[in-house]
Amino acid sequence: MAIWTEANPFLDPPAGENSFSRITHNVTRVAEAEKPPKAWFIALGISSTMLAIFGISIAYVFWNGIGSWGNMHPVMWGFPIVNFVFWIGIGHAGTLISAILFLLRQTWRTAINRFAEAMTIFAVMCAGIFPGIHVGRPWLPYWMFPIPNQMSMWPQFRSPLEWDIFAVGTYFTVSLMFWFMGMIPDLATLRDRATSTPRRLIYGILAMGWRGSSRQWHRYERAYLILAALATPLVLSVHSVVSFDFATSQLPGWHTTIFPPYFVAGAIFGGFAMVLTLAVPARQFFGLKRLIAIRHLELMNKILIATGLMVGYAYGMEFFISWYSGSPYEGFAFVNRAFGPYAWAYWTMVTCNVLIPQLHWFKEVRTNPWATLAIGIAVNVGMWFERFVIICTSQSRDFLPSSWGYFIPTPFDYMTLCGSFGLFFTLFLLFCRYLPMVAMAEVKAAHPDAHAAHAQAHAAVTEAARA
Amino acid sequence: MNEKASTAGAASGTAKSHGLLAEYRTPGALIAASKRVRDAGYRHWDTYTPFPVHGIDRAMGIKMTGLPWIVLACGLLGCGTGIWLQWWTNAVDYAWIISGKPFWSLPANVPVIFELSVLFSATGALFGMLALNGLPHPSHPLDLSARFAGVTSDKFFLLIQSSDPRFDERETRALLQETEPAGMEELPEGPGLDDRLPAYWTYAMVILAVLALVPFGLIAKARAEKSSQPRLHAIGDMDWQPKFKAQRANLVFADHRAMRLPVEGTVARGELFDDDHFYRGKTSSGAWARTFPKQVEPSDELMQRGNQRFGIYCTPCHGQLGDGNGMITQRAQDIGQVWVPPTNIADERLHRQPVGQLFNTVSRGLRNMPAYGAQIEPMDRWAIVMYVRALQRSRHANLSDLPEADRASLK
Repeated sequence: MAIWTEANPFLDPPAGENSFSRITHNVTRVAEAEKPPKAWFIALGISSTMLAIFGISIAYVFWNGIGSWGNMHPVMWGFPIVNFVFWIGIGHAGTLISAILFLLRQTWRTAINRFAEAMTIFAVMCAGIFPGIHVGRPWLPYWMFPIPNQMSMWPQFRSPLEWDIFAVGTYFTVSLMFWFMGMIPDLATLRDRATSTPRRLIYGILAMGWRGSSRQWHRYERAYLILAALATPLVLSVHSVVSFDFATSQLPGWHTTIFPPYFVAGAIFGGFAMVLTLAVPARQFFGLKRLIAIRHLELMNKILIATGLMVGYAYGMEFFISWYSGSPYEGFAFVNRAFGPYAWAYWTMVTCNVLIPQLHWFKEVRTNPWATLAIGIAVNVGMWFERFVIICTSQSRDFLPSSWGYFIPTPFDYMTLCGSFGLFFTLFLLFCRYLPMVAMAEVKAAHPDAHAAHAQAHAAVTEAARA
Repeated sequence: MNEKASTAGAASGTAKSHGLLAEYRTPGALIAASKRVRDAGYRHWDTYTPFPVHGIDRAMGIKMTGLPWIVLACGLLGCGTGIWLQWWTNAVDYAWIISGKPFWSLPANVPVIFELSVLFSATGALFGMLALNGLPHPSHPLDLSARFAGVTSDKFFLLIQSSDPRFDERETRALLQETEPAGMEELPEGPGLDDRLPAYWTYAMVILAVLALVPFGLIAKARAEKSSQPRLHAIGDMDWQPKFKAQRANLVFADHRAMRLPVEGTVARGELFDDDHFYRGKTSSGAWARTFPKQVEPSDELMQRGNQRFGIYCTPCHGQLGDGNGMITQRAQDIGQVWVPPTNIADERLHRQPVGQLFNTVSRGLRNMPAYGAQIEPMDRWAIVMYVRALQRSRHANLSDLPEADRASLK
């Protein structure tokens, strides 16, 4: 267990003559260190192995066709779409933290927004792969885009699956721009501190000649505000549109109006759980405990309780409406969920999403990083099962009992699922090592020292006015 | 800018100067200095900070940026693109009926219109900001100052450019001195830092550029040349499938047959027929049932039904009275054909037969009477049997069997 006992240089107090330079040092030393902590190498080893599994499983599926997966009539959506909805949901917390909490003036978000945004980008990348490989002929998904072609055909814009293309595409592009724009000043910091030419060149190109001019800051802040205001309705629309894939169909268990808000709440819930799952080890190994404090974890845990209760309410309301509708098919779909052949998945979901997060009502639990991590992982598991329950139970038993079936995943299903985590964690670990993990400029702007002089000046003016 | 700087430099009689750079320790000191410089009427000047300093916009007199208007224009463009794209592709160029919906109905098009509005606005916000800020801006005279590197960490700077009409070497310096900077220096006008690429980067890029041309070369070669070989079928597109084709052996199954027998013991939905009495007219011991099954409840309605079905299926041979003198029998006798007349159902032998046996005869036929099981539902067959029983009764009836009123009419 050398990784726990070895001297970790990241745990030393950061050097610097004032609080601003200490913040700079605390964040940049991760990207500038000659060697990251051993835990980073171990994690990268595991995640890149999983990434290799991802590549192998996809190559196998491309070569042999999607029959390699367990997708089979009547459950045609199977794991790929479960994974798609899971990953796209994970992304939502990043946008919520960076955009909605920004508009609500929650300055504590500055500690976590950068890597929550990175998480969004990587999660949406994982998500985007699945519909592409699920279509079965990976050389044809370009048909989904409105590209003029020799067949003189156009996509069908009345289909929710086509809305998905635009929603997810826009979401990825806007998130990427938001993330990149937020990083420009911090990339300039890394450029100015670079000691080798390649670093100076790469960070220099990415920073685009940012020199912190106040006239530039003025437009930059305005652009940031506008992007936040645009990302807020966008993030609400994305998971709503994803839920339309289900809600606009006729299938019992899918055909329900509660889906858009229920999906958005679930996405934020699952996304926050993933932020916590990433934040706890990151702050531990990279010495960011001063920037990502227990207080931040506690606030996120409170959001976890709130969104968890919303999700629990949605589970209950689904049952109520299926009874209240008087439709025997709806009623059966939900009784079948809870007590049918997939009862094990349903109760796993309820336990992980509704029951376990209730532990956060205790202050000792929500201020304990390791309990936070454990509950975060449980919620991630629960949210994956939520999508599994929605997709597989509804498809496996619909109107016609003669076409009922039971979904059995193959090893390639598990390999693709596990591999997508490999892609996500590999990208995330590389991000931790080579990019500014915390938004330095924003943390400095939110620091009391940034306002001290200003407050004094205000006080002086008030004093003068009084005199 | 260079021209102006060089004239300013020439006027002051020194080497080319870009301007005066002052350093401050705190954001507060920078704000105070900014107010002085603003009030002194300078225009070509700026401050540089590691983070957006609250209140510096007003201290410097920065006017509100026009960026929101750019974003609005982009958003409207995105909205219009969303409407136009969907209308033109789905309602004009490739109109296609989907579930009987109109070609152009706005509600279904709202999501894409919304997403494109957001996409265009956000792109406008980022690239509008970069354009207004003059980014990317690779090289700047500020890069020559060693102390300026701290601007992205914890240092605060103020720069007055020598291109400013009010710039005067001594006066400007004096003004900045009054603001008590932590340091001050004259910034030379220069090319900035050495911004040439290292040699190995240049080589790597040249090699990559050459390699990038290879695919295009191969495509050009393929287009120009002729080949007798079939084209490479890189993407199968399901062109070869192990499936059955008409008039050929089926290679999927060992017996090469495409039509498969159902699994042994397969029963079609609703065709289990496990009620011997109802479906076969037999009791559990296998003898002909003497009673009607419990599903068959005698009623006027059922008797009417039996009458009607008997009329359709039985009368052609057996005749309206069941005496075997139907239309077909009459015709056969007319043309002198060899014809075994059908049985008279009022026959004593048939009168004594159990109902189960009559049902069996209707269902499965007898001698040259065909089976009607496939054509007549079981309940209707029982209705026919019931009607046959009524016919038999009527053929052996006494006056006492009639109701009072009818008896009177016969007299």
